Amino acid sequence: MTIRMLIAAGAALAATGTVVPALAGESLDAVRERGSLICGVNTGLSGFSAPDSEGVWAGLDVDVCKAVAAAILGDGEAVEFIPSTAQQRFTMLQSGEIDVLSRNTTWTLTRDTALGLNFAGVTFYDGQGFMVPAELGVTSALELDGATVCVQPGTTTELNLADYFRANEMEFDAVVIESFEEVNAAYFAGRCDVYTTDASGLASVRATTAPNPADHVILPEIISKEPLGPVVRHGDDEFLDIVKWVVFALIEAEEKGITQANLDEMLESTDPAVQRLLGVTEGMGEALGLSESWAYDAIAAVGNYGEIFDRNVGPETALGLERGVNDLWTRGGLMYAMPAR
Amino acid sequence: MTDPTLTAAADEQRPPFWRTGAAGWVRTNLFNTWYNAVLTVLILWGAVAVIPPMMDWLILNAVWGDVGPDACREAGAGACWSFIHEKYRLILFGLYPFDEQWRPLVGLVVFIALLGVTMRRQLWGRPLALAWAVGAPAILILMYGGVFGLTYVPNTNWGGLPLTLGLSVVGLVVAFPLGILLALGRRSEMPIVRSLSVVYIELIRGVPLITILFMASVLFPLFLPSGVTIDKLLRAQVGMILFAAAYLAEVVRGGLQAIPKGQYEAADSLGLGYWRKMRLIILPQALRISIPPLVNTFIGFFKDTTLVIIIGLFDLLNSAKTALTDRAWAGFYIEAYLFCAIIYFIFCYSMSRYSQNLEAKLETGHKRRR
Repeated sequence: MTIRMLIAAGAALAATGTVVPALAGESLDAVRERGSLICGVNTGLSGFSAPDSEGVWAGLDVDVCKAVAAAILGDGEAVEFIPSTAQQRFTMLQSGEIDVLSRNTTWTLTRDTALGLNFAGVTFYDGQGFMVPAELGVTSALELDGATVCVQPGTTTELNLADYFRANEMEFDAVVIESFEEVNAAYFAGRCDVYTTDASGLASVRATTAPNPADHVILPEIISKEPLGPVVRHGDDEFLDIVKWVVFALIEAEEKGITQANLDEMLESTDPAVQRLLGVTEGMGEALGLSESWAYDAIAAVGNYGEIFDRNVGPETALGLERGVNDLWTRGGLMYAMPAR
Repeated sequence: MTDPTLTAAADEQRPPFWRTGAAGWVRTNLFNTWYNAVLTVLILWGAVAVIPPMMDWLILNAVWGDVGPDACREAGAGACWSFIHEKYRLILFGLYPFDEQWRPLVGLVVFIALLGVTMRRQLWGRPLALAWAVGAPAILILMYGGVFGLTYVPNTNWGGLPLTLGLSVVGLVVAFPLGILLALGRRSEMPIVRSLSVVYIELIRGVPLITILFMASVLFPLFLPSGVTIDKLLRAQVGMILFAAAYLAEVVRGGLQAIPKGQYEAADSLGLGYWRKMRLIILPQALRISIPPLVNTFIGFFKDTTLVIIIGLFDLLNSAKTALTDRAWAGFYIEAYLFCAIIYFIFCYSMSRYSQNLEAKLETGHKRRR
């Protein structure tokens, strides 16, 4: 338990004022001077940030970094990826080792305030769900009274599970297993009725590990909110604006139908919103302190949000996730970009 | 008339066949008592039960070569060595740029060659020191690049076997003298030196390595002024050196205490000062008898380097774990860990054999044979 105590101690220390506020504009100047963006990513989370067989980083979080780098420097490859663990990620950001943290980090109140961080938007809405064998005939998590639940310890997952069952006055038996591989094996071997973790994780486990994916259903209830997004340091408002608006630009591009492929045709578009976004009508880039082609460069580097999603975690990938709440607001999802004007 | 001696020889019976040859050996060694017979049968039965399926899995049914993960998922497929085939460069060299991986490879070969040469004591001397003086910077230049047309590779991209070997060898080379000094300090008659050494050793030994790495990677940067960062690899390396030094100090102290008081007095009576006494009389003996525990500590430290996983460095084991996160190849963790285990075993076993060899060479008779 040493690790957890240390994290607590580290977080407490960080919270009690050892955080050094950065000066406004510092990050942008540093990135320009260096000629590259330093981006903290996960050490290996398939679909979000993981090196492929050649050690090249790929994933949704990685693409967000590339988009930011492209917006600032005009080159989506001008990123240095620094793998970080869950414990050290905030320190790395606070101490200036990285410019932006894009590492499946959940936006919470304490992180946003006491830890001295700023969340620049949400790039993936995740949440904890339940998976059960289809043969049980369960259609709702509310029918799970008395179930045996496989869960990994030491995560918020375990706490959310207890909260949910208590709130709904249900009983459960937890089968707590430390290793991810083993908890999967335990569920598929029938040691428990229910498997709970983040919905994206359930979907990928079902897609890759289940002997027959159709034998398992993911229940519709999502019992926790895990909004994941890029994070920057407190106090550097200019840089926060940039990262925030790059995320918005990616979403806006999908809404307006701008893709990596039709980007140049879209420059001819008569839609004023598209013209403003792509810098045909000038002013947006200047307001951000960037070149007018900032959004153009970002989309040219990684595509719009929908393309990023489909390429990394979408139905055609090994993860095989549906858009769900991560769809555009116009299609019933939560992805909503503020107007660029 | 027949020769009586000849008939006696002819009459002399040969021992029964079950007492000679292979059968005799089996009887005297494997079935000499009833419990040994039972054990032999049990072990044979275990071997028959385990070895053929293991061979099937490891070799006969294994999937080799450049094929996709689907071949490994077919029913009856054994070990998926094509996973290693696909990922071995990621596992061995971590995030080092793919096209530049010849550089850590050459560095690794030079490094291991230098280590191999250094193992032979008769080669110790000026040429070897020169080889290291040239070789070590050459390896660093290869790894970092930035000169001679090599592209610059920041050490955040280093990984795999070069990182594991580098962390452990540099760690031990620096920690060893530090450990000796601490051991001498702890046995010193000067109260301040002694208490400082005791406090240092007990403080460091009192916490797990993981804590020190955490301090180095999570807490330490917070105490630095804004914008000042110290290299992550360097922080981890220094943390590991400090840790190893405390452990080595205690091993060396054990050796120092085993030297009879007469040796110290003899050195004193020769009029040697403190440092010459230590260097010429005490330490050579103390270190010699500490070889087994020293190598024990070395091997432990070599494997402890895997803990850098918690601060996000891609050592050999972490690279293998990262290779496993590829969803397309999900689930072949046994192959990945076996691959790493073999590499770790090769290095640890070599260290162990070398230390036995060194012990035999340095044997001076005041030690019992094993």
